[in-house]
Amino acid sequence: MINYASREINCKIVYYGPGLGGKTTNLEHVYGKVKPETRGKLISLATETERTLFFDFLPVDLGTIRGFKTRFHLYTVPGQVYYNASRKLILKNVDGIVFVGDSQAERMEANLESMQNLYDNMAEYGYDLTQMPFVIQYNKRDLPNAAPIEDLQAALNPGWEVEDASKHRVQPDPYHAGQNLVEQLPGGEWVERAPYFEAIAVQGDGVFDTLKAVSKLVLKALA
Amino acid sequence: MTAGTANWSFTQDDFTAITESLSRFLGETKSLCALLVDRSGQLVTTVGNAPGLDTTAFATLTAADYSANDQLAKLVGENDFSSLFHQGEKESIYVADIARRLLLVIIFDSRTTVGLVRLRMKDEVEELTLLIDRVFSRGRSGDAPEHLLKGADDEIDKLFNW
Repeated sequence: MINYASREINCKIVYYGPGLGGKTTNLEHVYGKVKPETRGKLISLATETERTLFFDFLPVDLGTIRGFKTRFHLYTVPGQVYYNASRKLILKNVDGIVFVGDSQAERMEANLESMQNLYDNMAEYGYDLTQMPFVIQYNKRDLPNAAPIEDLQAALNPGWEVEDASKHRVQPDPYHAGQNLVEQLPGGEWVERAPYFEAIAVQGDGVFDTLKAVSKLVLKALA
Repeated sequence: MTAGTANWSFTQDDFTAITESLSRFLGETKSLCALLVDRSGQLVTTVGNAPGLDTTAFATLTAADYSANDQLAKLVGENDFSSLFHQGEKESIYVADIARRLLLVIIFDSRTTVGLVRLRMKDEVEELTLLIDRVFSRGRSGDAPEHLLKGADDEIDKLFNW
């Protein structure tokens, strides 16, 4: 939303993913690291055991662009399966999505279920996830039972078909040398994948890389 | 902007008209403060006096509150609850839907009554609905100054200097 009167650009980014994957931890790290004058309060609607009940919310000011203050509203959703009604509410009018996957091999099923749930909830609003700012974060890379990135990519980010012929050109992945975001498969089909990041959110690794990437995509979608 | 997301913008004229309308409402009902919030939780504008209020957090929680109540309404077979009232010991809030896009939040205290706020709210909602419809119809017809960020890639890249 662009407010010409108050000269503000407000964008909404939602962190989505399975329960206990590290969505809230991402926000807590951002809250702890950015200057107090550039962020608001971190609001958590959580249960007594600190599981997200409705959402966490953190407003962050990125700076000024063309004289407009750019403010990002970061939200998390409750990851637990049975909170879908509240999870869906948070997606309303979303501008960008971060999917926080749990790298642990035994959480693969939960990751897949959450990703499918994201597609379904977005589709119910008429949003097309493949046409909007969307990045994936593979969290908990430090754990010994973390699955290889290739396995996670194959399961959660296999790519969607690019039907528009004008976009049939190789687009390198700026974050991973030698990899591509858009490419042609051996079978001739063109696919696009979401940018991905490895993270250890409890230590802050990868948290800002992820946020910067999705923020840029959101602003460039406006441009 | 990409398909499906909020795609609209306020101009100075919209803002002036909305502010004038809300100021009139506050004067007539002796309420403290009015906030206009979009359904995704972003604050559009504040009119009146609310010292110490964290308006950003307030806007987000209002939208979440209203959305949750919207779903509650559906569970009991209603299309929606068109307004919400939260009563406090000193201050209370009244929330009403505007054109299914925005929420009008009125904060008031014992200098007025919920009856007066509610009575005047109906006209205010109608007036704001006309103003807001104008904003959205312009957004859809593509006349809005949407190209603010065109060619601003370099500036965007420079933003991230935390």
